[in-house]
Amino acid sequence: MNERASIKEGVVKTVLTTFALSSLLFLFLIFIFILIEGSPLFLKVGLKNIILGSKWAPTKGSFGIFPMIISSFLVTFGALIIGAPLGLSCAIYLSEYSGKRLKMILKPALELLAGIPSVVYGFLGVIYIVPLVRDHLGGSGFSLISTSIILAIMILPTIISISFDSIMSVPKTYREGSYAMGATKWQTIYKIVVPSARSGILASFILGMGRAIGETMAVIMIAGNALKIPMSITDPLRTLTGNIALELAYATGDHRLGLFSTGIVLLVIIMALNYIANFGIKRRS
Amino acid sequence: MAKKIGIFLLICSMIFVYSCTNKGKKQSGKKQIISIAGSTSVMPFIEKLAEYFMIQNPKFIVDVQGGGSTAGIQACLNNTVDLGMSSRKLKEGERLNEIIVCYDGISIVVHPDNPINELSLEQVRAIFSGKIKNWKELGWNDRRIDAITREEGSGTRGSFEDLVMKGVEIDDSIMVQDSNGSVKEIVATDPYAIGYISLGLVDKRVKALTIDGVAPTVSSIKTGSYKIMRPFLLLSNGDPDDNVREFIEFVLSKQGQELLRKEGLIGSYE
Repeated sequence: MNERASIKEGVVKTVLTTFALSSLLFLFLIFIFILIEGSPLFLKVGLKNIILGSKWAPTKGSFGIFPMIISSFLVTFGALIIGAPLGLSCAIYLSEYSGKRLKMILKPALELLAGIPSVVYGFLGVIYIVPLVRDHLGGSGFSLISTSIILAIMILPTIISISFDSIMSVPKTYREGSYAMGATKWQTIYKIVVPSARSGILASFILGMGRAIGETMAVIMIAGNALKIPMSITDPLRTLTGNIALELAYATGDHRLGLFSTGIVLLVIIMALNYIANFGIKRRS
Repeated sequence: MAKKIGIFLLICSMIFVYSCTNKGKKQSGKKQIISIAGSTSVMPFIEKLAEYFMIQNPKFIVDVQGGGSTAGIQACLNNTVDLGMSSRKLKEGERLNEIIVCYDGISIVVHPDNPINELSLEQVRAIFSGKIKNWKELGWNDRRIDAITREEGSGTRGSFEDLVMKGVEIDDSIMVQDSNGSVKEIVATDPYAIGYISLGLVDKRVKALTIDGVAPTVSSIKTGSYKIMRPFLLLSNGDPDDNVREFIEFVLSKQGQELLRKEGLIGSYE
């Protein structure tokens, strides 16, 4: 009986290990696939001409994605400038001020916010934010600022939940020590709690960035997708993800390879961001 | 997008149903192959027609390839394909049978509130090449023009580049959308927008401009007086054989033409 149970244990363990490793396999396969598809163009056109080239006309032999790299970072930082203060304040409120009952409403609401499909955000952006920007700031409304606003809302759940966790993990004794010294609640928060949770909060911002830079559907719908680097917040722009999704339908030959090289650049950027975020989280613990 | 997915699912389900019903039957004889090559703008439409044709006539395989109009004409002259596809008229010396499948008309559209009703082809070219950036230069408000083009690789963009831009590059500051539908949506909501869409999709929400004095209508396109249009041609070297003729008949049939009309093209027998 005992022997049979241990065999069963062994089988379960092997099966679960296989499944766990298969996720790693998928990551590996995706990486290999994109690399195989995209690298021939890097060899043919040259890394410099792709990453630093400013002209994207794939059917005419120009594959420069520099404006898109800049645009991707611009919307991402725009989203962070709007989303980070909002998200952090929300996390502080949730962990330090809100009562149990309010927390019970706010937390699930935030999870719901994370679960809304991005096409819905894009649609809301087109219907409400784009005309608002057009009427009050000028331009067509399909712009850097509209995209940043929508992305800011989309990254809020990421920023809030990870900052919240890291603020909650600050030991209670730190707070009690601060109160014992005669500090007020707010002084305790911004002198003790937030600095102690600093690395986790930074990690939440970086993961938020990762989400913003990888967002596609909502961005295509409201960014305007012009190829030029935007010169003002009301100018349209095209991101790396947008470029791939926009042109995939009809792309053949080198054009298709060009889109895969765009994918490689995107993959490298997102991996770098994740690595930095993980580094931040590890340092905390 | 939703429409594309819808069509995709439809075709998938049709293939599925087809393969189920066909299982018991024995395939009688070899399959007849019809090879077609040429213009990449015509290709997606012929591919779609071929899919329907093959479902209705299981004994045929229609092989559709791109390569461009000139390559299609050459292949047809060399008899390497049964039919060529072209989105330009034949030049002298290219002696082939022309079958007009349909016409592809592109209308330049603006918001209905825009007071401008007419532009010249040159003005349109100047707008999309970034030379004219303000509506004031065209006699309206002092306001930036929000021009919208289609994405690289799109057939509509290809036609627009050939017929309007004529070698001049579309400026990088022009907005890009990935379907006729989203171009139309922006033009319908932004009073200062201008874009181009297939004639078949123009309705009350947008205003189609008169270009060089000719309004885009089905009749002005068929007579050729509206210039931003081109015929989609199938070409054959000499008289097509019976198999090929069967496909051509399907393309020109009511069902075939209806499929093309749904894609925003103008049928040749309207």
